[in-house]
Amino acid sequence: MNAKTIDRIATFCFYSIAVLIVGILLGLVSFILIRGLGVIDWSFVTEAPGSVLTGGGGVGPQLFNSFYLLILTMLITIPLGLGGGIYMAEYAKPGKLTDFIRLSIEVLSSLPSIVVGLFGLLVFVQYTGWGYSMLAGALALTVFNLPLMVRIVEQSLTAVPREQREASFALGVTHWQTILKILIPAALPGIITGTILASGRVFGEAAALLFTAGMTSPPLDFTNWDFTSPTSPLNPFRPASTLAVHIWKVNAEGIIPDAKEVASGASALLVIAILIFNLVARWLGRFIHARLTSS
Amino acid sequence: MEQAAKAQGSSCKESLSEQLMKPMRKMLIIEKQGKIITLVCAWVLIVTLFSLLYFITSKGISPFVNNQITLAEFFSFEWGPTASAEQGGPFYGAMAFILGSLAVTLGATVVSAPLGIGAAIFMTEIAPDWGKKILQPVIEMLVGIPSVVYGFIGLTVIVPVIRETAGGLGFGLLAGIIVLSIMILPTIISVGVDAIQAIPRQIREGSYALGATRWQTVSRLVVRAAIPGLMTGVVLGMARAFGEALAVQMVIGNSPNLPASFIEPISTLTSVITLNMGNTVQGTTYNNVLWSMALILLLITMLFIFLIRFITRRREY
Repeated sequence: MNAKTIDRIATFCFYSIAVLIVGILLGLVSFILIRGLGVIDWSFVTEAPGSVLTGGGGVGPQLFNSFYLLILTMLITIPLGLGGGIYMAEYAKPGKLTDFIRLSIEVLSSLPSIVVGLFGLLVFVQYTGWGYSMLAGALALTVFNLPLMVRIVEQSLTAVPREQREASFALGVTHWQTILKILIPAALPGIITGTILASGRVFGEAAALLFTAGMTSPPLDFTNWDFTSPTSPLNPFRPASTLAVHIWKVNAEGIIPDAKEVASGASALLVIAILIFNLVARWLGRFIHARLTSS
Repeated sequence: MEQAAKAQGSSCKESLSEQLMKPMRKMLIIEKQGKIITLVCAWVLIVTLFSLLYFITSKGISPFVNNQITLAEFFSFEWGPTASAEQGGPFYGAMAFILGSLAVTLGATVVSAPLGIGAAIFMTEIAPDWGKKILQPVIEMLVGIPSVVYGFIGLTVIVPVIRETAGGLGFGLLAGIIVLSIMILPTIISVGVDAIQAIPRQIREGSYALGATRWQTVSRLVVRAAIPGLMTGVVLGMARAFGEALAVQMVIGNSPNLPASFIEPISTLTSVITLNMGNTVQGTTYNNVLWSMALILLLITMLFIFLIRFITRRREY
């Protein structure tokens, strides 16, 4: 066989790999959507799960919990991540401490989420005495979301052109003011896009939540807005199962008769939510960039 | 500015130029505060990592220091935490799970590494314009799909297919490998694309100028030059596969025995922890052994991370 024939065979192989991967994704997404969309209707999205024996009902509380937990996590992660990212991009000098922080970022972001969940179980559930609670879940999610956030902020800040920074310094503006007034606004599109993409990851996470936010959701009264009441959906100290945890639980327990339908519908909801996150992240990043650069 | 200048002017007699040359104290304080606040945020990462290591380690070694079981017992193949004393139990051997975790990880890597590297080459060398435009969003979607959804699809599609074609229950090593290899594919591809793109164009042009075909250029130069980056992607994928809990637990069948073939059910460290952590009482030997497994999981993941650091350190070609 001459080199040209081998080259053609190799090219053919590469094409088939690409086609295979696109095919896998199309198959996955269409399977999820086709099976799930048949289950999803208004009552599935809003109602609480039915009783264990009869099945039925929906995933309303789980959907709410997913979003509420995401908001709680982001409330903790965004300020810390901004701070850490600014430090790494602006203040960190090459040295032991910086190397050490980088190592921490690397290790924390690649830890198995189940290990993070177990750490949360020890510290946020048992030592604090909160029991299974949303706050414990949010803190556990912060543990592996924070390194990601720091990286996003750092990368967006270092991508700001040097001239903007220097122009600011040349006007006699201090470093901190430059960061707040020049660099952060310039880096905002990148930070927002990254944050929303990270949100998608938090939204679908389950393993870290099994033993922190818990696998059950107490009966909720959506007219109760008192933060301290155990039936209030806003109480951060109540246990809460999210959509992803619910999918795992109905399949693993296999008790309820319509486990497959519930899981299909919930999977479709999750995937749709993450699709929306991705699209919004792209669109918002571009939109803000256009507004800021007045182009 | 003016206020501060007035305040200073009343206290001492300095010329205007001297006053302007002096930094404002308020500014300096804000400056310091800013730096300290961000430094504290960065320290949060270090503190979190170390408390995590400390807590998991101290819990994980408790069965051994409290003389509940020995290391030899833990690294044996006999698992029977609820076996009665007449049966000689209870047994706390976790070796089958450690091997199970390694088996699914290796299996998924063997499937996924060639596919992932192939796709990365396709995106950079074969069809850099339109191929990338199509595959980039595909990869992002694959990353975005939550692991429970992968598990659920494995449960409803892959397991029945295996059951019908290969026989057995369907749940088992093979199902786990298939699910995991799809899950780690995007990691391998995206790290691989970065690695290949980082190679200077001159290397390729030199090869083409000598009359080499595209395959010769790719296989003898591009892949070889990008080896550290490609390896990083593969090891990152392995780390992800090794630590994945729910998707694996849903499809591997959860049997504590060593499998004799690919289609037999097995258990992994993550699946045993996931299934039993909630059902065992805190402080019992059974529960503590689960923490030891978490420690093993943590240590092997750290090993992967240090392997990556080692690979990327020698990056010259």
